[in-house]
Amino acid sequence: MAILLKTSKMIEMQIDDFLNFISEAGIFFKRGLENYLKDNSAEFEKRLLAVSEHERKADELRLNIEKQLYIHTLIPESRGDVLAILENTDRVMDDIKEALQVFAIEHPAISEEFDALFLELADSSIESVESLIRSVRAFFKDIASVNDHIHKVKFYEREADKIAMSLKNEIFKSDINLSQKIHLRFCVQQIERISDSAEDMSERLAIYTIKRQI
Amino acid sequence: MIYLLLSSGLFLGWSLGANDAANVFGTSVGTKMIKFRTAAWIAAIFVILGAVIEGSGASGTLGKLGSINTMPGAFTVALAAALSVAFMTKLKLPVSTSQAIVGAIIGWNMFSGSITDITSLTKIVLTWIVCPVLSALIAIILYKFFKFFLAKAKIHLLDLDAYTRIGLIIVGAFGAYSLGANNISNVVGVFTSSSPFHDINVYNIFTISGNQILFLIGGIAIAVGIFTYSHKVVKTIGKSLFKLSPVTAFIVVLSQSIVLYLFASTEIRHALMSLGIPKYPLVPVSSSQAVIGAILGIAIAKGGRNIQFNILGKISSGWITTPVIACIISFVALFFVQNVFDQHVYHKTPYSLSLKVIDQLEKEGFPIEKIESFEGTRYSTGLRLQQNLKKIKNLNNKEKSMIYSYAAVDSFYVNPAFLKDIEAENILTYKQFRSLETISRQSFSHKWEFQNELILLSPDWEYRTEKQKNYLAYNAHLKKQYDFIYHYLKILNYK
Repeated sequence: MAILLKTSKMIEMQIDDFLNFISEAGIFFKRGLENYLKDNSAEFEKRLLAVSEHERKADELRLNIEKQLYIHTLIPESRGDVLAILENTDRVMDDIKEALQVFAIEHPAISEEFDALFLELADSSIESVESLIRSVRAFFKDIASVNDHIHKVKFYEREADKIAMSLKNEIFKSDINLSQKIHLRFCVQQIERISDSAEDMSERLAIYTIKRQI
Repeated sequence: MIYLLLSSGLFLGWSLGANDAANVFGTSVGTKMIKFRTAAWIAAIFVILGAVIEGSGASGTLGKLGSINTMPGAFTVALAAALSVAFMTKLKLPVSTSQAIVGAIIGWNMFSGSITDITSLTKIVLTWIVCPVLSALIAIILYKFFKFFLAKAKIHLLDLDAYTRIGLIIVGAFGAYSLGANNISNVVGVFTSSSPFHDINVYNIFTISGNQILFLIGGIAIAVGIFTYSHKVVKTIGKSLFKLSPVTAFIVVLSQSIVLYLFASTEIRHALMSLGIPKYPLVPVSSSQAVIGAILGIAIAKGGRNIQFNILGKISSGWITTPVIACIISFVALFFVQNVFDQHVYHKTPYSLSLKVIDQLEKEGFPIEKIESFEGTRYSTGLRLQQNLKKIKNLNNKEKSMIYSYAAVDSFYVNPAFLKDIEAENILTYKQFRSLETISRQSFSHKWEFQNELILLSPDWEYRTEKQKNYLAYNAHLKKQYDFIYHYLKILNYK
C-alpha cells in the first residue's frame, strides 16, 4: 500500500512538472516576442532556446508518465482521458515553439505601429494557455472548479480572435507591400493558433470532467 | 458414509464460491482496480473467517423453516440446491444460493409431510425484498456522502485511485467475511441438526464447536469455488446492468457488505435492538440481490438514466424461478434417494393434541375452546394436522404456529450413557448438568415438556425476560445449550 501511494505521489509530481514547463514556455514566448520587437536578438535567442528545452523535457516527462500509468495499471477508468489530456496539452506547447521559431527563421519585418497589437495578441493567447493549465490542474485536484477555468480559456481565445482581426485589418490598411502583408498575416495566425489549440483542448477537457464525476 | 453425504454440501459451497463470492469482488475486478488473484486470496481467507467466527447467527432461521433431521435428507436437499444453482448458471441466468436452498428445504417439507413454518417463510421472503431495497438505500446515502465529501476534500485523481484500491480491498475483505458469516448456513445449515462433528477442546485454551468444524469445511469449499470458477462470473458482474466507476464500485461493495453483515451478526442486531430498532430475523440473504440493489441505488442517485431494464427484468424473474426449480428438483431427488437408494431421508414427526398438550396451550394463553373438539387426536405427519386444522375457521397464523410447536412429538430419553459425553463437552453449567442427572432414565414426548421439567429443577434453564440484564446474549447462549442436549438425547424414529 505504501508503494502504491509512493508511486502515485511520484507521478503527481511529474504531472505538475509537465504543466509547469508548458506554463513557463508561455511566459518565455511572451518575453521572446518582446525581445524580437525590440530587436534584442541575443535575448530572443535565449528565450527560443529555453522554449525548445522546455518542450523536450515536457515530452520526456509525458512519455514517462504514460509508461508509469500503464506499468502500475493506475487509474484504469480515466487512463485514456489522462493520456489524451497530456498529449493535447503537449500539442499546445508545440504550437508555442513553432510560433516562436517562425520569428527566428523567417525574420518578419514588423513596423513599430503594430508592436502593441502583436504584444496584446501574444498576451491573450498565452493567458488562454495559462487558464488551460489551471483547468488541467483542477481536473486532477479540484474537479468542481474545472469549468470556471475553461470559461476563462474561452474568454481569452475570443479576445485573441478580436485582437487578431483588428491587427490583420491594420496590416492590410497600411501601405507596406502585399508580400509583407501576407507574411505578417501568417505570423498573426501562428500566435492566434496557440489560443485556438488551447480552446480545442478545453472543450475535450469539459467532456472528460463530466466522465470523472463519480 | 457421513463424509460422503456431506459432499453435496461441499458442491453447494463450491457453487456459492463461484457465484456469490464473485459479487463481492466482481465490480472491483471488473473496473480493473484489483487483480483477480489478489481478490480471490482475500475473498477465500475472509469467507472462511466469517463462516467460522460468526456463521451460526443466520443458520437458526433456516432450521425453523424446515428441520431436516437425517443426513441423507440433508445430502439430497443440498444436492438439489447445488444442482439448481449449477443449472441456472449454465443457462446464464442470475442465481442466488439462498433462494435455491430455501426452495429445496420447502421441497423436503412437502416430501416428508412436514409443515412449512409460514412465519419463518414470510420472514425469509420479506428479506428478499428488504435486502435489495436496503442495499439500494445505503448505496444512495453513501453515494451522496462521497459526492459531497470528494467535492470538498479535493483529492488528487491519482491519490483517489490509490485510496479507492485500498478501500476496495478492505471492504472486499469485509464483504467476504460477511458473506461467509451470512451464507455459510446455506451451504452446511441443513447439516447442523444432523452434524457428525463434536466439539473439540484445543489444550483447554479454546473450544471449536462441532458446528464450527462444519462451517470451516463449508468455508473451504467456498474458497475452492472462488479459485476454480468465479473468474468467469466476475467478468460479467457490474458491467451489464450499469457501468460503474471505481468509486461507485467501492460504494456498491460497501453497501452489500453492510447488508450481508446486518443479517448475519447477532452483535449488530442486539446493538440495533437496544437502540429501539424492531427485531429482525438473521437470515441468509442473497449477495446477488444485495449487489444488484446497490448498483440500482447508484443508478437512481445518478438520475436513473442508462439502466438496462431488460437485464433487470431477467434478473428479477430469476429470483422467482430459482426457489421453484430448487423445490421441484429437491422433491424428485428425495423420491429417488428414498426409493431407489433405500435411504431414510427424514424422521417421521407425529403430532398429538393430547390433554397435556391442550393444558399447556391453555397456560400459554391459547383460546382452547377453538380446538376442544380435537382433544385426544393424533396425526402421523404435520401435513395431516395442517389439513385437519383447516376445519377451524377463525384460527390465525400465530395460533397455528403455537399448535404446531406444542403438538409436535419429539421423543427424548435422558440416557445415562450419554450424560458422561455431555459432561465431557463442558458446555453446561454445574447446576444445569445436575438437573439433567436428576431426570436420568426419564423420557419425554414433547420438547416443551422436557424443557419445563428442566426449568423446575434449575433456574439456569430459564430464558431471561426483556427486563433482565443482558437478556439477548444470555438467551442466545441458552438456546445453544438446549440445542446441544436435544442433539444428544433425541430418539430418532426412522421411517
